[in-house]
Amino acid sequence: MSWLSDLFGPKKPKSADLARERLTVVIARQRAENGPSPDFLPALQKDLIEVISKYVQVNPDDISVQLEKQDNYEALKVNIVLPEFTMR
Amino acid sequence: MKTVVVTSGKGGVGKTTTSASICTGLALRGFKTAVIDFDVGLRNLDLIMGCERRVVYDLINVVNKEANLHQALIKDKHCDNLFVLPASQTRDKDALTEEGVEEVLKGLEHQGFDYVVCDSPAGIERGAVLALTFADEAIVVTNPEVSSIRDSDRILGILQSKSRRAKEGREPVKEHLLVSRYSPKRVEEGEMLSYKDVQELLRVPLIGVIPESEIVLQASNQGTPAIHLTGSDVAEAYLDVVARFLGEERELRFVSYEKPSLLKRIFGGA
Repeated sequence: MSWLSDLFGPKKPKSADLARERLTVVIARQRAENGPSPDFLPALQKDLIEVISKYVQVNPDDISVQLEKQDNYEALKVNIVLPEFTMR
Repeated sequence: MKTVVVTSGKGGVGKTTTSASICTGLALRGFKTAVIDFDVGLRNLDLIMGCERRVVYDLINVVNKEANLHQALIKDKHCDNLFVLPASQTRDKDALTEEGVEEVLKGLEHQGFDYVVCDSPAGIERGAVLALTFADEAIVVTNPEVSSIRDSDRILGILQSKSRRAKEGREPVKEHLLVSRYSPKRVEEGEMLSYKDVQELLRVPLIGVIPESEIVLQASNQGTPAIHLTGSDVAEAYLDVVARFLGEERELRFVSYEKPSLLKRIFGGA
């Protein structure tokens, strides 16, 4: 009596919905990784570390440089985490 | 001359079936068309086109100048203006070079071909990259299924970075999405992604939807491109695809499922 459970049972999420959600994430990540790859990012990151290290002590891991793509534009996102004790 | 690559990344989604039907469709429209199998070492296009017993020379023979185009091109059994250039079955993939492929395409242009359809191998290795390198247009064959969609996205990235058009900064390769093995019933039930979902995920203009059908196996069994099986949904869908490829407007068919009526469900029937 599958129609009974169709009528009264709890609504199960359809597998196609799951597929769509998973693919949205996977494809966004893939495009970020494989897009026209900015070769200069590692060099930029290195330079940034050098410059910033002149003023504050930072860990190389505390600086991240990312190129993010939206539909029509790209955004360069630089994230610098300053250690608390160096703050004045 | 226009070069069209049929590609997908993933294997088994219907590239060769599609190549066979598209090249046949173009030939039926009166265009002098060649179809090239780029799957060196695993050729199959000859079987799908039904010309496997007439293969003497192949793509690599032509690239290596052991045979000329005229000797290697096999005239299709149904269409006078359609020719098949099979892949080599024995040699290794490194025999295929970019310069070699370029020469072959130039030779075909010289012979007055209107269209060359390049049947890409699966994967993203040399053969697949070479198949798309010289493309003006690309038909990306995708099943409404997660791995096929991810691989299609990957091959789209390669098209946009490794094709000649991309490298030379010319107008990009014109991309078309072809959703194949589509089951409207399963989509209706929520167990298969709809063609709209696939298109939204990949963001490539849709050129058609090919329904899942036993016709495809029948066609390959007999070595006749599915587009020849007149009256079948698959043949009709491919005819529509070719029409759209040539710029004509056709409404999508075979994409909706009608639930059997209550009476039918109670008393059985199809």
